[in-house]
Order: sequence, then structure tokens, then C-alpha cells
Amino acid sequence: MNWLLIGLLLISISGIPGLFIDRTKGGGERMACGLVVLGALFCSWSLLLSISDPLQSFSSNWSVPGGQFNLVLDSISVVFIAPLLLVVATGAIYGLSYWPQQEHPGNGRKLRLFFGLISGAMILLLTARNSILFLIAWEIMALSGYFLITIEDRKAEVRQAGYIYLIATHTGTLALLGMFALLERSAGSTAFPTVASMPLAGSSMIFLIGLFGFGMKAGLMPLHIWLPGAHAAAPSHTSALLSGIMIKTGIYGLVRLTSFFAVIPDWWGWTLLLLGAVSGIMGVALALAQHDIKRLLAYHSVENIGIITLGLGLALLGRSYDQPSLVILGLAGCLLHVVNHGLFKSLLFLSAGSMIHAVGSREIDQFGGLHKRQCWTGLFFLGGAVAICGLPPFNGFVSEWLIYLGAFQPLQQPGSVLSLSLLIAPVLALIGGLALACFVKVFGVSFLGEPRSNGAALAKEAKRTMLWPMAMLLLPCAWIGLLPWSLRALLERAAIDWTGNRTLPPLAGDLAPLSAISLAGWILLGLLLLGGWWLQRQSRQASRDIGTWGCGYQFPATSMQYTASSLADNLVRLFRFGLCSKRHGGRIEGLFPDDDEFSSHTPDLVLDLTLTPAFAGIAWLFHRFRWLFQNGVVAIYLLYVALTLIVLLTLLTR
Amino acid sequence: MIGRIALQLAVLLIFAPLPLGVINKTKALFAGRIGPPVLQPYYDLGRLWRKGFVISRTTTWVFLAGPVVGLVVPLLAALLLPFGGLPAPISFTGDLILFVYLFGLSRFFTAAAALDTGSSFEGMGAAREVTFSCLAEPTLFFALLVLARGAKSLNLGSLFGSQLAGQWQGDASASLGLILVCLFVVLLVENSRIPFDDPNTHLELTMIHEVMVLDHSGPALGMVLYGASMKLMVMGALLVRIALPIQTGSILLDLLVFLAGLLTLAVLIGVVESTMARLQLPRVPQVLVGTTLISIFALVLVLR
Repeated sequence: MNWLLIGLLLISISGIPGLFIDRTKGGGERMACGLVVLGALFCSWSLLLSISDPLQSFSSNWSVPGGQFNLVLDSISVVFIAPLLLVVATGAIYGLSYWPQQEHPGNGRKLRLFFGLISGAMILLLTARNSILFLIAWEIMALSGYFLITIEDRKAEVRQAGYIYLIATHTGTLALLGMFALLERSAGSTAFPTVASMPLAGSSMIFLIGLFGFGMKAGLMPLHIWLPGAHAAAPSHTSALLSGIMIKTGIYGLVRLTSFFAVIPDWWGWTLLLLGAVSGIMGVALALAQHDIKRLLAYHSVENIGIITLGLGLALLGRSYDQPSLVILGLAGCLLHVVNHGLFKSLLFLSAGSMIHAVGSREIDQFGGLHKRQCWTGLFFLGGAVAICGLPPFNGFVSEWLIYLGAFQPLQQPGSVLSLSLLIAPVLALIGGLALACFVKVFGVSFLGEPRSNGAALAKEAKRTMLWPMAMLLLPCAWIGLLPWSLRALLERAAIDWTGNRTLPPLAGDLAPLSAISLAGWILLGLLLLGGWWLQRQSRQASRDIGTWGCGYQFPATSMQYTASSLADNLVRLFRFGLCSKRHGGRIEGLFPDDDEFSSHTPDLVLDLTLTPAFAGIAWLFHRFRWLFQNGVVAIYLLYVALTLIVLLTLLTR
Repeated sequence: MIGRIALQLAVLLIFAPLPLGVINKTKALFAGRIGPPVLQPYYDLGRLWRKGFVISRTTTWVFLAGPVVGLVVPLLAALLLPFGGLPAPISFTGDLILFVYLFGLSRFFTAAAALDTGSSFEGMGAAREVTFSCLAEPTLFFALLVLARGAKSLNLGSLFGSQLAGQWQGDASASLGLILVCLFVVLLVENSRIPFDDPNTHLELTMIHEVMVLDHSGPALGMVLYGASMKLMVMGALLVRIALPIQTGSILLDLLVFLAGLLTLAVLIGVVESTMARLQLPRVPQVLVGTTLISIFALVLVLR
């Protein structure tokens, strides 16, 4: 545990030495990067030690009333911290070239200070076992997140995204304060209750408030309002950290909170399944309609949080209906997807950053043909895309497969209400199909074909300090996909830590044959490599100096390629009831039509179409009120004074 | 085990192009033509095998990865399925999900290969393919759920195992009939047959699968066609097994029953293709959503 504390400290203060170094020189950034990597190594050592010593803890007295300063590193914490360390370390290295101090003298130091601080706060939060400590870490994380999002605060859109984030996160924190107050009243101390110890009485209120607060951070569907704007505004390696890791603290909160209760009412699980399905389907549908690559990836985070929530919902149902196999499959799927999403989403954000860096735009339709110019970036992005679509042989498949298996479990019990959870399988299939469509669109339009803009034509491959971090993230993606059984022990221990029940069935044998998945992955990979090698050899002498077949047309132009919007158009139209896309122009009339322009735009369902109009309405109402009551006429004000006096007198002199 | 795998692969590799020939012959007979020989798909593959490549200068390695994935995926998927009475060589809990996702992988790379050429026609094909498939996928899952409910198991080997015969006699027969219809529609969509797609159309604008592989040539095109025919056979094996759950015990007889079923299916596809016109593209999603609803109905019937 001491190693973890040292690492935590090193990561948290990594940005401070740079503050004392001249803002035009680069020494501070290397020092910060070194400190972060060193701190991550210390923390990883502590995680490795946890294999032999599963419950490391640290506690000391502190001057805050109600409980001790208590940190515990159990398996649930390990599952959340492990991807964090990797993403933080790779992000710090990536930042050296992506956001060098010399090119960003104004905000480079601010970025590194808060990058270290948010990472340290998250490690603290994931190990804290005291409500007050948890809330302190939560607030440091939330505020550092705000400063990271508003790094480029000269831009109006960035400031707006920052404000929305700040409002959302504080609404969430307010809910959490309430939740922990209720929890303290029920448990009698600010220390976290032990696993499965809390009574049923009063638990539902705690769960609902917690779901609101943690769901706000996680970005569950109606509460995701801050997420797309914030992740688009931050620098790419920060977006990777926010999207891959920070939103998972919300999931961590839900997992931890639900572990406290001895009895789980069944509606908790159903609520989570419903929210997960809505987040999953609407998240990916909104992602399909985006043109900005970072907004698109942000909406995919909403989708993946939905998948994670589906897993958690199944695990909760398993506890309500006393089905240990459902508990272990659902929770293992949920936790493994947390790790997986942290890895591949960060990978995708880093490679998207490399594209943005090279082309100078975030619009997908400005890219094109980048694979020829950025071979490695393209390869890494492809790996991440295959993984996020949940396709074998990468890691996304393994976690979705576990959740599917969980969803199929009720087949064994005919006639129970639990059969409704079978519907999760087709929902996941639909999410998978839509995600595939979306990533075919992104990968195909940005990396394949001909360049769609000058920037894309002149793009150069990223520097090695940007490529190696991506490789380091792709490697574990392939590892989990090909050797999933290596994580079995960790997931089983996490499930025991969650339920307090030591008799859960193992994730092996007939329940979840991970080794068979691993074997299938290897065979698939081997056959693909073999086939690819053979075709490559056969086609070596092929002539490659002819253009693509244009159906007889002799003068093709790069602007004639299929665009990202057209690729997604079929699906976006299918989902028009939920997306409300706006289309402008593009009507062609007459035999010899004039030039015309076409543009489409998809507003956010909750933020742009519900909350903003609602708040605008309320603001208008209050404006009217003020015009009515505070109209500057002194006589009327005197009337108010008189009326107040009369009311008070009648009320108080009884 | 090795022997079973070899037998399964041999059956797949040898007989895969045959149903295509039968479909074309049926269509020719309906149109009053003699039509190409039944073995024409084999001749086509042999001819393409000997040809050279022409590759557009726009493309990258992804263009060649499309055919490779398209060929490897049905090979692997076939190992998870019983071919008629022949039991599945490889079977484990949850392989049905692997089965569906393997085809997802092949779709990803076929569509990416199409986009790699930079042609808007192929982009159009890719867009349609991913749209229609993601609507067909829930139907496939509902059908598998119905079968899994009956088999009380989660591997394709027992889903399509000997218990199917008993199910036809039990309560589940209505559901089995419904999912047979649904799976037939999924088969037509996934293998780009009329009424969803016309493999013989001459207008690039209206194609789906054919337009995606427009730029492939020589052995790569051969791989695409071979992969497509194997996919038809693998998807067909699902239908044939549900419709003919006969288990004789002798390998040769089981194989003959399976092949006869497959050829009957090919004739059926030929009849559908000859008697139906293509659907308008905007109608396709409506049909698919309708099929999903039927499959949900089938699931409700077995769960009640």
C-alpha cells in the first residue's frame, strides 16, 4: 500500500516543478512526464503485490470528524486502477509531442498540473473507504476536470462546454452529498459499511440519489449532457483520460454503493437495464450522426457506459433473484468492459489526436486517405475500432460475450420474470451492429480513399512519442482478447468482494469457457495472417497504377467520394424519431439545377432539445416576473412593504 | 476431432459453390432459358484463380484484407455448426455469439475494403450493407434465443442438435415455424439475394454486395465469391437443420440428407428470385423490422 501512496503523491505533484520553469522552455514537461511514469510504476508494483496480498490497506487518524483516513485496495479497486495507470502514463508521454510547452506556452503548465492532479485524485477516490475522503477526492477530480476541459479557454465553445460540465458535475456532487449523508445516518459512521451489511430499510432512497449522482458522472443517457461537448473540447490525451477513465468513477461509485446492501430489490436491476439499453442504443445512434470525430467518440462513451450498466444490472438481478451464475457473469462482464473501454477508447482518442494534429481539423469529412500517410496511426485506430465494435479477436468481444452469457442465463428458469432480461441480447446485437456501422464510417472515411482536403493530403505521420503510447494501449487490447483467462482470477475475486459471497461459481468450464474463446481468437488470427500473407504474395506483381473504376466516368475528383454523412444517412433516417437531425439545402430542382449546398446537423436530444429550451423558458418567465413586480415604481414598492407587514402581523399575532 | 474438422471443412469447401449453380439454373428454367451449367460457379472460380490482379492506386492493404476475412470467417463459423446430422466439430457454451460476431468482423472488413477504393458507388454499397445487417442481427438473436430456450443450452452444437426433432412435435413447433421464416429472410438479406439485392443487376447504383466488390479482380475476386458461397452454405445449414432435424446415425446418409436439404433450399431461393421483384431500398428496413417483430412473437410463444 505504501508504494501506491508514494506513486499517488508523485503523480499528483507531477505538474508542480514545471510551474517554476520558464514557460517557453521544455524542461518542465519532461520532468512531469517522468514523475507520472515513475508514479505509475510505483502504483503498478502495489497492484502486482495485491495478487499475493489481496486486501492491502492503509489507515491513519485525521482531524476530520467521523471515521479514519482509510484506504483499501481490494480487487474492485484494482480493476479500476489498472487501466487508469496505463492511460495516465501513456497520456503523459503522448502529451510531450501533442501539447509541447514550446507550442503552448500559455496553457501547457496548467494542463500538466491538472493532468497529474486529476489522476492522483482518481486513485485516491478508487481506494477511499471514508465518505468524506471520497467526496474530497471526487471534488478535486471534478474541478481538475473542469480546468482540463477549459485548457483552450480563449474559444467560446470551450468555455461553454466547461460551464455545462461544471453545472452537471456539481449537480452530481450535490446528490452525492445527500446520498452520503443518508448513508451515514443509516450506517452510523462516515466509514464505508462492510460488504452486504446494510439493511433494506431506506436503501431505495440512497440508491436513487446515488444513481443520479454517479450516473451524471458516468454519462448515463438522460444525464450525459456534459459529455460530448467536454470531451470534444479537451486536448486529445486529456479526452482519453476523461472518457476512458474519469467517467468510470461513476460506475465505480455504483458498484461500490450496491455492494453495501444485504438485500437488493429487483427494481434496481431493472432500472439499470432500462437505462443501459437506452444509453447504449441512443448513444450509438447519436454517434452515427456526428461529423466531429471527438464528439463521435464521446457519444460512443455513452454507448459503452450503457453496455457496462447492462452488465451491472444483470449482476444486481442475479442478487435479487439469487442466481449466482448471473451475478458472476454480469459483474465480470461489467468490470471487464470497464477495463476494455478504458483501453480502446483511450487508444481511439490518442489516434484521433494524431489525425487532428496532422490535418488540423476535427471534421471527419476533412480527412481521407490518411492510412497512406499515417500508416501506424491507421493501424492503431483500426485495432481500436475492431475492439470497440466488440469483434473477435479483440478485448471488446470478451466482455460483451460475458454479458450475453449472463443475459442468456434466465433460459434455464422457465416462466420467471427474469426472462425479460433475455431482451438484452438483441439490444446488445443492435448496439453492436450500429457501432460497427459507425466505425466503418469513421475508419473508411478518414483513413481510406483519397484525401478530402489539403490538410489531409499533406499530413505526416505522428512522432514516435505519440505512436508508442498507442502501441502500449493496443497491446493489452489484444492480450485480453487472446488470453482472457489470465484475468479470470481477478474478476472472480472482484465478484467475491462485491457480494461477500464466497460460493460463486467459477468463470470457467460450462459457465464461461474463456479458454475456448482464446483458442478461437488465436485460430482466427492465424488463419487471417496466413490468408493475408498468401494474397499479399500473389498480388505482388499486380499493376497498381490505374485508378478506381468510376463506372466509365473519366474524370473522378476526390470530392466525389462517399462522405461520412451519406454513409450514416440510412441509419440516421431510421432513428429520426430520436435524433431530430436538421437538414438544410440539397434540393435539386429543374433539368439544369443551380449550385446548391447541403448540410446536416444533429443536436443533442437532452441538452439542445430539452434542457436548453426548458431553461430558456424559465429564464423568460422570471424575466416577466421581474418586469411585473420590480418595475421601478416607488408606490408599488411601498405597497409591497405594507402587504408584507400585514401578512406578518396576521401570521405572528395570533 | 481432427477427422471431424477435416470432414466438415471438406464438405464446405467442395459443395459451397453448388447451391449458387442450382439457384441460377432454377432462375433460368423459370425464365424459359437453358441457363449456365450447374457447375458454372466452379468454372468461374477456376478461371478467376488463374487470372492476374488489377489494383487501384488509391487502395491500401485493407483492400486485400476484405477478401481474406470474407473467406476465413465462414470457414471458422462452419466449424461451430452441425451440418445436418453431422454434429458440430467444435462446440462450447456461448459459441453462438462468436458465430454472429465473426460475420460482423467479415462485414467490417468487406465494407472497409469497399471504402478503400474511394469510389462513391462502393461507398453506397457499404452504407447499405451495414444498415441492413444491423437490422437483421436482432432477428438472428431472437431466433437463436428461441432455439436456446428449447435446447436449454448455449452452444450451437446442441441448439441444432438432435433435440430439434422432439421440439417440432411439442409446443414449440409454431415458434420453430416462425423463426424458420425469419431465418429465411435473414439468409436472403445477408447473402444479398432478391428481393433485397440482385446479384445479377447491371446498374451499380442499385447493388449492395456486388457493388462493394466492384474493384476486386483475379484471385481476390475469387476469394470474395468463394467466401460468399460458403456464407450462403453456412447460413443455409441453419435453415436446413431446423427444417430437417433427421438423425440417421450413418455419416453418409446424414450428409446426403443435408446436401439434399441444401439443394432444396437453393431451388427455393431460385423460385423466390424468379417470382419476386426487388424491393425498393427504403422498404427493406421496414421488412426487416417486421421480421424482427415476428421473431419476438416466436420468442414470446416459447417463453409463456
